[in-house]
Amino acid sequence: MNSAQAVDANSDRRPQTEPGWRTFAKGAQTLGPVIALLLLVLIGFSLNPNFLSWNNLSNVLTRSAFIGIISVGGTFVIVTGQIDLSVGAMAAFIASLMIIVMNHLAQSGWSLTAAVIAGMVSGLVVGLAAGVVNGLLATKGRIDSFIVTLGTMGIFRSLVTFVANGGTLTLNSNVREAYRPVFYNSWLNIPIPVWVLAVVVIIGTIALTKTRFGRYCRAVGSNSEVAHYSAIRVTHIRIIAFIVQGFCVALATLLYVPRLGSASSSTGVLWELEAITAVVVGGTALRGGSGRVWGSIAGALILTLIGNILNLTSIISVYLNGAVQGIIILGAALLQRSSRTR
Amino acid sequence: MPGMEVCTPSMPPDIQSSPEPAASGAEAVEFGTLGGQEISKSFGPVAVLKSITLSFLPGRIHAIVGENGAGKSTFVKILAGIIKPSSGQIFFRGKQVENPTLRLMEDLGVRLIHQELNLANDLTVLENIFLGREAVKGPFLDEAPMRRKAREVLARVGANVDLDRKVGDLRISEKQLTEIAKALAQEATVLILDEPTAVLTQREADRLFQIIEQFAKAGVAIIYISHRLEEVKRLAHHITVLRDGQLVATRNAGEISPDEIVRLMVGRSLQDLFPKKAYSRDQKNVMEVRNLSVPGHVTDASFGLKKGEILGFAGLVGAGRTELFEGIMGLRSISSGTIFRDGKQVKFSDYPHALRAFRAAYLPEDRKGKGLVVSFDARTNYSLLALQRFGACFVNQATERASFLNAVERFQIKIPDRSMPVSRLSGGNQQKVVLAKIFAIDPEIIVFDEPTRGIDVGTKAQIYRLIAAMAAEGKSCVVISSELLEIIGLCHRVIVMRASRIVASLEGDEISEDEIMMYATGVKQAHLS
Repeated sequence: MNSAQAVDANSDRRPQTEPGWRTFAKGAQTLGPVIALLLLVLIGFSLNPNFLSWNNLSNVLTRSAFIGIISVGGTFVIVTGQIDLSVGAMAAFIASLMIIVMNHLAQSGWSLTAAVIAGMVSGLVVGLAAGVVNGLLATKGRIDSFIVTLGTMGIFRSLVTFVANGGTLTLNSNVREAYRPVFYNSWLNIPIPVWVLAVVVIIGTIALTKTRFGRYCRAVGSNSEVAHYSAIRVTHIRIIAFIVQGFCVALATLLYVPRLGSASSSTGVLWELEAITAVVVGGTALRGGSGRVWGSIAGALILTLIGNILNLTSIISVYLNGAVQGIIILGAALLQRSSRTR
Repeated sequence: MPGMEVCTPSMPPDIQSSPEPAASGAEAVEFGTLGGQEISKSFGPVAVLKSITLSFLPGRIHAIVGENGAGKSTFVKILAGIIKPSSGQIFFRGKQVENPTLRLMEDLGVRLIHQELNLANDLTVLENIFLGREAVKGPFLDEAPMRRKAREVLARVGANVDLDRKVGDLRISEKQLTEIAKALAQEATVLILDEPTAVLTQREADRLFQIIEQFAKAGVAIIYISHRLEEVKRLAHHITVLRDGQLVATRNAGEISPDEIVRLMVGRSLQDLFPKKAYSRDQKNVMEVRNLSVPGHVTDASFGLKKGEILGFAGLVGAGRTELFEGIMGLRSISSGTIFRDGKQVKFSDYPHALRAFRAAYLPEDRKGKGLVVSFDARTNYSLLALQRFGACFVNQATERASFLNAVERFQIKIPDRSMPVSRLSGGNQQKVVLAKIFAIDPEIIVFDEPTRGIDVGTKAQIYRLIAAMAAEGKSCVVISSELLEIIGLCHRVIVMRASRIVASLEGDEISEDEIMMYATGVKQAHLS
């Protein structure tokens, strides 16, 4: 351990640690989230055999879908060396607008299906637009993305309260009835949100690992100067990352609205922290430059599983959910630290 | 505080009185201020130092030369206690140092001035100089004596910098001098300088040599690592040549010629360094720049670049050469000026545009800061500029890998493990990766900004041949360099810049060290042929 730290401190150009240790540390970092996930499943199963029932598992997956989808977008933002704190408030804002649009169109005589589809489209448009705003402010506006999204978080959140007039916006029951299947139906015995999550993960993974855009994201996050001198339009890449994030938030919201059928100023509270946690637990470096989409999903599943296990058993109080999550975050950070070379 | 006295080394009288040094051999280790006996170091299976025995005498300047990767930096890092040797002992004034750590060696007065600057950019000059060794009064910092001391050491190294400026805002040469001042703020018995002049102008370097000589006179043992043979020859009493981790020779400086040093280092002579200049003058301009200005850096620059030409840009650091070409390439905004490409007026809106539409590429001077993503592997770095070639949306990794392997062969890049980050490659191999990256887009105009900074003689010769071959193929090359030898040996035509203006354009016999320096320093005023 000491010699590994010495390597960091001395910035020597050659590897100094034993190959065995390096391989182990690297493996632990790569597979860390998967190992943690398996451990949680084992713990869950040993505490309550119902844990592995299809019902419970599909419940866990479905509930992970929101944070999971958002964290795919979050992976891109974080890999490019930025952060988006506005996603929770953005989701609430999108949900509010969707409800308003759907209710209005349904009342003005549109067919319910058409109203729902129009609402969904408007949700996606708002999500993309919100991403553009965040991206432009963080690049052309030359404001740090942390501050930009801190600001837009406040704006989105307050707009929700404003349009809901301080209360709750509720989907008309006939619209909700038409929209319900999007969250509650299954295809091949797998809930729709899980399908959506799977598709998003696959597309996200391919985009990050196999495309020029993904390569550029990593380059920009590692060293934006080098990217600039490599003829990469750094500003574009950063804006696109925010747009991807906005799109993912909108997609998650499309699935969330039919679940509760309402939106209020408490919708999506702390989602940004859960999404960032999922990304970091999944092995993406918070300082940017490297990351993986599947890791973020593993992170999201870990977070949901902890809550689920605490609910199924009574050994640890459910109120300690946050503490257990915190320990997992710290554990992930420790793993990342020990295998980081210069 | 006790360590505040600047360099008052106490010398063991017996050593002071023995003027004739036997600088090599196991028996000498006990006599020097600092010595290493049979020092070996392996990183994994790679042996980088093979049983080196060398001792350093008080009052003597001992240069260590060798190609990059020869083990010079590793050796001095071991002496300074930064790296542990795999085997061998370190002696200080005749006594073996048990378990040498950085702290222990620092307490013995061994000061290493790093090749990569080790300063905290967000702290001020004053804070950096005393970092970790602050003077205190009770729980509070004692500012006054630190300021006095800092001013004194900065004056000693000839640095005119404000104590309260952030180091991040300093020019790189000022940072270097601050680093030296930091090392001198405490008592020194051994001063190790690893490539200290790489970022200094000639004047600053001259000043540094005076300081080094003063220290030597005061009895400090100096270990000096450099690529620049002229300065080694001028400064050092003893010269040790390392090659592939082995000590090839240690000689008194008077007994060895630069040619012999080069031969010992690489097994080739200086004349072979530069390829023959072959160039026919009657070519058309492929690019012409008129009245280009970059705010704060370049005023009203006009010049033409011909097909197949190697055009040198000489001048002091800060004369505006880099900024001129960054302006042309769209990497930096310009306030006025027009660019003609093959006779047609064009506008490079940004670098990607210049690169793709006009086939003009720029090799940045700062390898680690601008050229390479040091955490990426070599292949990913190689393809970053030309990634479009390997697919519009999806990267075709098979083609990419094949192209990379091709480049590895063509540029003779030595990469022990393809998955390792380029930060672990030697400077010369890193530079080859950057060159390969630029050539991957097959540019017609290539601007090389300090193409051989901090790399070994062997790789230099290789890069010179490469540039000459490019020009022979009809590509146009611009070489911005602070090494006059390089400008003179390589370029067909030389433009000199001084204080943000182009002051001379020299051809043929006009290209000489004296002539260039007179324009660069303003002794001769503007002359444009």
